[in-house]
Amino acid sequence: MHIKTQMKKAVFALLLLPTLSFASTEVHLDKAPIDVSNHASLQRGARTFINNCLNCHSANYMRYNRLQDIGLTEKQIKENLLFTAEKVGDPMTATINKNDAKKWFGVAPPDLSVEVRARGADWVYTYMRSFYRDDTRPSGWNNLVFDKVAMPHVLYELQGEQALDHQTHKLTLVKPGKMSTDEYDAMVGDLTNFMAYMSEPAKQQRNRMGWFVLLFLGVLLVLTYKLKKAYWKDIH
Amino acid sequence: MSFLTKKADALLGWVDARFPLTSNVKAHLTEYYAPKNFNFWYFFGSLALLVLVLQIVTGIFLTMHYKPEAAMAFASVEYIMRDVPWGWLIRYMHSTGASLFFVVIYLHMFRGLLYGSYRNPRELIWLFGVGIFLALMGEAFFGYLLPWGQMSYWGAQVITSLFGTVPFIGPDIAEWLRGDYLTSDATLNRFFAFHVIALPLVIIGLVAAHIIALHEVGSNNPDGVEIKKVKDKTTGIPLDGIPFHPYYSVKDLVGVVVFLIVFAAIIFFAPEMGGYFLEANNFVPADPLVTPAHIAPTWYFTPYYSILRAVPPIGISQFPGVAAMGLSVIAFAFLPWLDRSPVKSIRYKGNLYKGWLTAFVVSFLVLGYLGTVPADVWGQFGAWMGKADIATVVARIFSAIYFLFFILMPWYSKKDKTKPVPTRVTG
Repeated sequence: MHIKTQMKKAVFALLLLPTLSFASTEVHLDKAPIDVSNHASLQRGARTFINNCLNCHSANYMRYNRLQDIGLTEKQIKENLLFTAEKVGDPMTATINKNDAKKWFGVAPPDLSVEVRARGADWVYTYMRSFYRDDTRPSGWNNLVFDKVAMPHVLYELQGEQALDHQTHKLTLVKPGKMSTDEYDAMVGDLTNFMAYMSEPAKQQRNRMGWFVLLFLGVLLVLTYKLKKAYWKDIH
Repeated sequence: MSFLTKKADALLGWVDARFPLTSNVKAHLTEYYAPKNFNFWYFFGSLALLVLVLQIVTGIFLTMHYKPEAAMAFASVEYIMRDVPWGWLIRYMHSTGASLFFVVIYLHMFRGLLYGSYRNPRELIWLFGVGIFLALMGEAFFGYLLPWGQMSYWGAQVITSLFGTVPFIGPDIAEWLRGDYLTSDATLNRFFAFHVIALPLVIIGLVAAHIIALHEVGSNNPDGVEIKKVKDKTTGIPLDGIPFHPYYSVKDLVGVVVFLIVFAAIIFFAPEMGGYFLEANNFVPADPLVTPAHIAPTWYFTPYYSILRAVPPIGISQFPGVAAMGLSVIAFAFLPWLDRSPVKSIRYKGNLYKGWLTAFVVSFLVLGYLGTVPADVWGQFGAWMGKADIATVVARIFSAIYFLFFILMPWYSKKDKTKPVPTRVTG
């Protein structure tokens, strides 16, 4: 591209883009049930993630053996969860070949390691529950949170099929799946919880340490303040 | 005298014969006399130095694990966050430190505005300070590209494009800065070089000059009186001066601990600071083919960014906005010559100056907020205003006030009704 047009485009983008509001914020997002200290929930979420998501999406920054964080032993990880790698210290790669995926879906499925940090847990939680039948789409599916998304509804056997009422803009279950709505929501909740944990595995350690650091600094504050008072007693 | 103290004295004597150690410790610490009436606003100089050291030390450790290459940069930051022992702590210290550096520097500069610290004989201290501020802005900008997320990428693309608006030579400058037609691997590599060595050297040099100049003329104080004018007849020590060490070293220590409490609270409990310190969009790897819907700079640049957006283009040239943005930063350098008030400190200035300073601070904050949001955030005016964005009109008004604070200063600072200044500090 010619440099000058490039430049103009960039400056144009700079001055115009902030004036555009983005449509996606208008969708109401449900509050995700996040509790990264709930190991049972995280383990259920990990199972769902590895059994389903990891077929197409990678989580390349996450290593399998890191799952020891959420109360699993290395042996348990090796025997039950190690599908896409040889060694327990390997990263969670996707089963699918990236080039194939691009051919099949038009876009390579993004890595999900930090998806919750990028989009927020509420977005992921709502997104996974907002697929509906749309015959105008190549996959037969569309999503209320992510319009014209390339991803088909992978979990439709569990959730069933939803349809969009174009008048009220609401989704209704038209064909029940293997799970009740409550069961499905709980499963997606666990999945989102796991993805929230995975987006920053050190978070719990960080929060725990924080209290000790603040306690230490609090004591130090008292001591330094007394030191200052002692030195300054003669200054008027 | 014990054997050990004798040996220690001998060693000190040996060093002093070869290097001015004792004389420098005296000149800058134990016999540097600072006014005894420093208040809250005087903590931020030493805190800025603390943050500089923290940034350098954490930066060194990050450099050991970070890969300045487009294909690996994003992943290497996540590697630091997950696989490097304590990497997450080092990284959050660095990212939080960057934002707090600006908090501290802005408060430090505001102190200067309050007490006239830029006035004769401290013009050079102020100019070195403005230089540090400019270098720091560059340092923050270059560093922000390194995580190679979407905001990193498009922020760099937009800012380098600003140089493209300079008449005639602009496009060449922008290309020269990027090393490519677009922000790319070449850009990342050179920004890395600027961030880890070029600008840190400049900043350290300017900080040294800033402090040497300060210690040459002595510190200002909340009363804006020169303590060197009233000295003890026999010792020659200013009557209102106290040795920096131990008095201010122990006092600053309290400030340091309070600062560290705030710093730690953010690092351990809110490192993203609601998206102001670490933006959500920057957890999406840089993609030259996907432009984010809303590109905004980090919070510390938003007042200037607001000014950039507020100034309308002339014809198709966006240069006026870019020039205004540049001026809004450079304007601080002229303060020593714009302020014609007979007094330095706000304590003895009149309502005219106080009013203008308040208006300036309000403008700075409003512009700062508006720079973080899209221009249609407050909707549009009716047809009578040509359906203009309300936020844009507000930004224009406050941009005007921002500049008038500087432009009209020679007039209102002279006309202002001042109070008599005491000869000694008032505590």
